[in-house]
Order: sequence, then C-alpha cells, then structure tokens
Amino acid sequence: MNKPAFTTYDTAWCPGCGNYAILETLTGVLNQLATPPHQVVLVGGIGQAAKTNQYITANGFSGLHGRSLPAAAAIKIANNDLTVIVNTGDGDSYGEGGNHFLHNIRRNVDITHFVHDNQIYGLTKGQPSPTSDPCDPLHKAAACNMGATFNPLLVALAAGATFVARSFSGDKKHLADMMAAAIKHPGYALVDILQPCVSFNKINTFAYYKQRVKPLDDRHDPTNKLAAIEKAMEFGDTIPIGILYQQATPTYADKRPELFDNIPLADKHVPQNAIETLIKSYI
Amino acid sequence: MYNILLGGAAGDGIETMSAIFEKMLKQSGCHLFTIRDFMSRVRGGHNFTQIRFGNQPFHAHRDTLNGIFAIDETTYLEHQSRLSYDGFILCDESLAIDDFRAIKCPLKKTAANLGNPKVINSVATGALLKLFDMPLDQAADILKASLRDDLVEVNLSAIKMGYDLLNATHHLSPVETSEQLLLSGNTAIGLGAVAAGIRFYSAYPMSPSTSLLDFFNAQSSAMAIAVEQAEDEIAAINMAIGAAYAGATAMTGTSGGGFSLMVEALGFAGIAEIPLVAVDVQRPGPATGFPTRTEQSDLKFVISASQGEFPRMVIALRDHADCFYQTARSLALAKKYQLPVILLSDQYLADSTTTVPLFDVNKIVHFDQPGPMVPATDDLPYQRYALTENGISPLAIPGKSPALVRVDSDEHDPWGQITESATIRNQMVNKRQNKLNALKEELIEPEFWGSHQCQSLLVGFGSTSGAIKEAIDILNQNENNYGALIFGDIYPLPTERLRHFAAQVVDIINVEQNATGQLASLIREEALINCDHSILKYDGRQLSVDDILNGIKNLKGGF
Ligand SMILES: Cc1ncc(C[n+]2csc(CCOP(=O)(O)OP(=O)(O)O)c2C)c(N)n1
Ligand code: SF4
Ligand SMILES: [Mg+2]
Repeated sequence: MNKPAFTTYDTAWCPGCGNYAILETLTGVLNQLATPPHQVVLVGGIGQAAKTNQYITANGFSGLHGRSLPAAAAIKIANNDLTVIVNTGDGDSYGEGGNHFLHNIRRNVDITHFVHDNQIYGLTKGQPSPTSDPCDPLHKAAACNMGATFNPLLVALAAGATFVARSFSGDKKHLADMMAAAIKHPGYALVDILQPCVSFNKINTFAYYKQRVKPLDDRHDPTNKLAAIEKAMEFGDTIPIGILYQQATPTYADKRPELFDNIPLADKHVPQNAIETLIKSYI
Repeated sequence: MYNILLGGAAGDGIETMSAIFEKMLKQSGCHLFTIRDFMSRVRGGHNFTQIRFGNQPFHAHRDTLNGIFAIDETTYLEHQSRLSYDGFILCDESLAIDDFRAIKCPLKKTAANLGNPKVINSVATGALLKLFDMPLDQAADILKASLRDDLVEVNLSAIKMGYDLLNATHHLSPVETSEQLLLSGNTAIGLGAVAAGIRFYSAYPMSPSTSLLDFFNAQSSAMAIAVEQAEDEIAAINMAIGAAYAGATAMTGTSGGGFSLMVEALGFAGIAEIPLVAVDVQRPGPATGFPTRTEQSDLKFVISASQGEFPRMVIALRDHADCFYQTARSLALAKKYQLPVILLSDQYLADSTTTVPLFDVNKIVHFDQPGPMVPATDDLPYQRYALTENGISPLAIPGKSPALVRVDSDEHDPWGQITESATIRNQMVNKRQNKLNALKEELIEPEFWGSHQCQSLLVGFGSTSGAIKEAIDILNQNENNYGALIFGDIYPLPTERLRHFAAQVVDIINVEQNATGQLASLIREEALINCDHSILKYDGRQLSVDDILNGIKNLKGGF
C-alpha cells in the first residue's frame, strides 16, 4: 500500500516570504520518510513560522508563544513511536521560549527543532528579535538590537546540544539535507534556518543571505566541538551553513529503558495488584 | 485520646522521630492525626509536630496538649500555655525548665552511654511509649523500615533504654488498625493518581507541593510514570498538556506562585480541550508568602485564572480519603469533559499524616473512561472539535489511527484549523461552555454534617472539613442547633443543598482559612445567598476545632 502523502494547504504568508520554501522543502523531506502522516506530529508556538504545522497534512499541535519545546518533548515522551518536529520562529524559540530552549537541549528528548530565523518578529510586524543585527548608526534599521545579538548556535553548543546546524531557505537542496539529517538524529536536533521576511526585515534580505552563506566544506569535522564553536561564531561577510556539530549521546529515552521500550508510555498499564501492593505498603 | 507535641530546632530530627513514633502508635492499635509545623529553614528556629492519638479516628488537630517532648527550652516556652494542668513535659535533665509538670530524664546521658549522642530522640521515643503503656514488639521492624541499616541497632537499644527510664501512667485500649493506612495528604494524592493510571507528571519544586514530585519520582519506574522536573512551572504545565495530547494521563502540581506562572497554559488547555489536572497545594500568599504554612486563599484565583472564558472544574480536597478518591475522579473527569480540572489542597492537608481506611482501588474503576476513539476511515478528515449536542467531541489520539489530530491555542474550526470566522467563534465558545451542562449534572453536593433541624449553618470547603465537623459535634451536645455544609466540588458551585438549608436557617457562618471570605463571595455570586458572619483565619496556622468554637462563642455573644 502506498503511504499517504503529506500535502499542503493555502497559507496566510506574504508573497515572497522565505517560509514557502521551508514548507515546500519540509513536505518533500517528510514524503521521503517511511513514516506516514498520522505518525508525525508537527508542533509550533505562535508566530508566522509557527503556522507551518497548520499547512501540512500531519498531526498538528499549535501551542502557546514560546512554549512549543516543552510540549513537543512531552509528546515524544508520551509516545516514543511518534516523529515530533517543531517549526517555530526565532522570537518564539530564543526570546519568549529562551529558558525552554536551554533546558530542552539538556533534556535531549528525540525531537527536531526547525527555527525559521528571520531575525525579526514577523507576526507582530517588525520588532527586533533576539537574533536581529546589532544597531548600527549607519544603518537605518527599524529593527535592530540595542543589546547584544543572541547567537543560538553558540548557546546550543554551550548547553550541550548534540546536533547543531544552520541552513538557508534559499538553498532548498541544502535545507532538505539538513532537515533529513536532523530528523534522523537521535536526540534533540536544532536547525537554525535563515529565512528572509520580505515585509519587515529590510536588512537581512534574500540577497543578503544569498551573498553570505557558505556551505561548510569537507575539512570541517562535525565531531570537533571546538571547531563547531569557531564556526558558530562566524556570522558576517560569510555565514557558514551545514552541520556544525553532531555527536552520538544517549537520549532521554535511552537513559530510561524501563519506561521506553516497545510499548509507548501512554499505552502502558500497571496491573491493579501492583497498585494495591503499593497502597498497602502504607499500612 | 491524647494530644502531644514534639518540638525542637530544624535539624534536631523531630521529623524522623515523629514518623517513627507515629508508626509505633499505629501498630499498637491507635488512630492518629499529626500536623507538621516547620519553618522555611534547614537548621535552627523552632519546628514541631503535634500528634493526636487514641482509639477513634481523628480528622483534625486540637489545641490543648496532654504532653510535650521538649528538645530545647524554646519548645517549652512556645507551647506550655497550651499544656493541660495534668499534662507532662518530657525533657532532658539538663534543661532549665521550672515546671511541676516536667519529667526530667537522663536522655542525653543515656544516648552518650550508647556512644551516639544523636539517638537522644530514640531514648525519648522509648520513654514516651512507656508513659503511654505501649508495647515495644514492633519497634525493630519499624526502625528497619525507617532508618539506614547501620543505625537500626543503636536506635533500638536507645528505645529500650528510654522505655526503662519511666513508668506507665497513661493507658489506651488498642483497636484494630491493620486495615488502616498511615499517610500524608500529598501521598494520598499520589496514590490516587497512580490508581487512575497516571503516566506523566511534571512539576517544579515548590513547598508544599514538592513531596508530590518526590512521591512520583520514587514511583516512576515501578508505576510507569515519566516524571519531569521542568525548568519552570510554565514548562511543567505545557509538558503535561503535550503528554495529554499524545494520550498519556497527565498531571502537574505546584503551589500558588507556580500556579501563577501556569495561568496562560491553563487557558490553552481550556480552548484546546486537553484533559489536564493541575494540583494547587496552597500556602499563604501573595508572592512568596509563608512557604511552609497553610491558607485557602487561592480559591477565587484558580476559578478565574487565565484570560478569556472557558469551562473548568475545581475540586477542594477535604481530607486524606478525598486526596485519593477525588484525584482519581479528577483525572477521569478531565478526560470525559476534555477540560482542565484543578485540585485545591493546602499545606495542612499535604503535610499532615493520619490513619485512614485502606483505599479501595475498585471504588475508582468506574471513573475509568473508555479509551480514545478510533475514527472510521470514512470519517476522515477527523474533526477534533466536532460540534456535538453536549459539546464533547470524540477524542482521538495522534498515531493511533489514520486520523490526523490537530489542536490549537488559536480559535479554530472543527478540524482544529485556525479561523477568524465570527460564526465559528460563536459555535466553538458555545460548544465549550456546553460541556458544563453535563458536568453540572454530576457535581457532588457539599457534605452535610450536624442536625437537619439546624438554625445555624456553617459553610466551609477543603481541609477545614475535619475541624468544622468536630466543632459541630461539640456544639450540638448542648443545643442541637448546628449544621455545616462542606464543599469538595466547588466550581462550578453546586447550590441545591445550600439553597435548601439557607431557606431554613437563621444565620449562615462561613468558616475559611483566608482573610476575605472567598467562599462567601462565591456563594453570593453563584447563589445570591449572603453569609451573615465569618470565622476567618489567615496567620498561616490552620483553623482548629477550638478556633471555630471560640469564633462561635464570640459571634453568639454579639447576637
Ligand atoms: C505570551 C505572548 N506574548 C506575545 C505574543 C505576541 N506574539 C505573537 S508572535 C510574536 C513574535 C513572533 O516572532 P517570531 O517568533 O520570530 O515568529 P515570526 O512571526 O517572525 O515567524 C509575538 C511577540 C503572544 N502571542 N503571546
Ligand atoms: S511578515 Fe515576514 S515572515 Fe511573516 S509572512 Fe510576511 S514575509 Fe513571511
Ligand atoms: Mg521571527
């Protein structure tokens, strides 16, 4: 029997938005998986990027702004059979959800996190996000950071992430490779996807990214954390894209084999006599 | 019946001594009710436990003491005014306590002779057991279950030597307690959740809810529960929501401060129709308040927490049996009506231990809900929010059928797709509110206690239940004129019994552990019934039977 296909719906995005390429690429990648749509849960917070799960025929969980990661991790914990993928924005992931970003890396549940990083708050119409460029008096940027710009890849590496990658919505082939590798990676996988916002980000445009992105070459060793940290700190005239770092580490589920075996946690049953014995231990 | 207090500084081991002594009392055929009063510190200050025991069940503490074990002079000074004239103060011979009731013993010297000064509490335990004429035969087993292996022997010797220091002066005839549990309110909540099939618990430590997290952690492997100590309470509730969406019976727990952080997600569970139970183990607020003490001041908060309007249920836990049975029921109701259910407990209930009849798992089987539906293939695409007569849409779980399950914190259409349609908005708001109609049909009316011909009606909710009932019994010994309604299901507020008694009585008195009379306010709002008088306490120490009796005396004097 043919696997039912992942298809897409009409979107509410602006014409020319980088999210279209991400949606199309993700749909293609999902169709390459052996997993049928009803075994995939697409999770989002709130924002333009977070709407992605609304537009693909799979299970969908549109949670709260900033809170997609804890929900996604718990979905995977409840049913280890599901493939859980988060699509959400830079503001959602690194601003409102910053604390969850840090701690879900540490938790290392086997989920995939695609951050549509347009370096701006799109849905609320153009405020700076944590990843917006620093303010530069020469640039007349509407949205820039008075404080330091947040470096998500460097923070992810520092927090112990085991799959850290960057890609660009304008290079669908590269993006597809990154997405497929991230989904395959056991444990938490982060792909920060540079995504032009044509309506509000007039600095980090398609042309801006196109000029700067540079795929990591074969000399980069993704198991070398120091090299990855160096690459993560490069964001200027060249922006490295690719898998900066990947390491095999036990996942959340690997550490608790008694809870995560071939029966999903949600389907487990404790026999009534075991419960009664526990109760009676308080006699 | 006796009421004794064990007191000392934090770090003096009163907690461990009390737990062992309570087990010994129970095994010797006593019922008991113990409250724990401790400061938010690890060393120093003054902590005590107060144990009421005898040959009948107890549901509350009393103020008057029959005995004090004082590790230090502070304990004596703090509590001697509550000690009855014929009471005793057991203490070491070295303490500067000048009181004819003092029984000064060589506790320290005995411990020192055993080579371990720390076993002084066990010497005292032995002395207390002798005073109350209790047998020693269970001591070895209880110590084995309670202490590190290498400490059992020396503590057993200490108990035996303490036992020989005194003569028996108090006597109780033992009763059968082999079908009684001895546990705290939080443990009972944990057991109720286990019995109802909890698979996921997420929380961030916060007194007095923390022992619930500890309980689930301890039972995680054996009872197949994933337990997450989340990075904050926002993560905790969002995790529970995610787990519930994926089909796991899920719960989160906290105290008021953490609940404040959970508020947005509570509304998410409301609009997304996620079965979720959140426990609020209350402590005095606002903000950090009194971390280790008790209050019932979150009622109006949890009833209205979160922006917007959505159906929810709030159950106030009244006693340890409620902690078990109502927790199980809350998980079942959350699934049946696909909404958030909030359990209101408090520090008093959470930390007090009591004997309670063995919980019957069979009694909660009928709370079991049918498994998630599997839509027929021709029902697809599946409507997670199908519009139905009673507002309850058939619930499918992702991954269990070809159905694609979409949930949304945005307003959505029946398929869970975001919408801005005015028509659908109205349909969805109505659908969600409709669920309350069926829920209201199965609300449990407040428990009535006292004389059906009463002229004065006390109303209360939650953990003041035991004290209210005992006060009513005492009041009715003189004039059979008092009744009480004690709410467990509190939101939506069941009003039938309330209306019945309100029409009959002369006055209604609300008894609450808060400063503003939140139950009275809810009753006024929901039933248009005014309470005439209030007995309120908000010093962080639980309303006792005596407080209620004094309150009534003061009120009646003023009539
Ligand atoms: C608690 C809360 N605060 C604020 C908002 C408003 N809000 C919605 S999306 C958003 C930011 C979106 O930025 P980003 O996550 O980068 O997504 P984008 O729209 O750029 O894809 C904000 C602030 C909200 N929905 N919830
Ligand atoms: S505002 Fe920006 S991110 Fe949002 S749809 Fe338009 S172009 Fe895309
Ligand atoms: Mg953005």
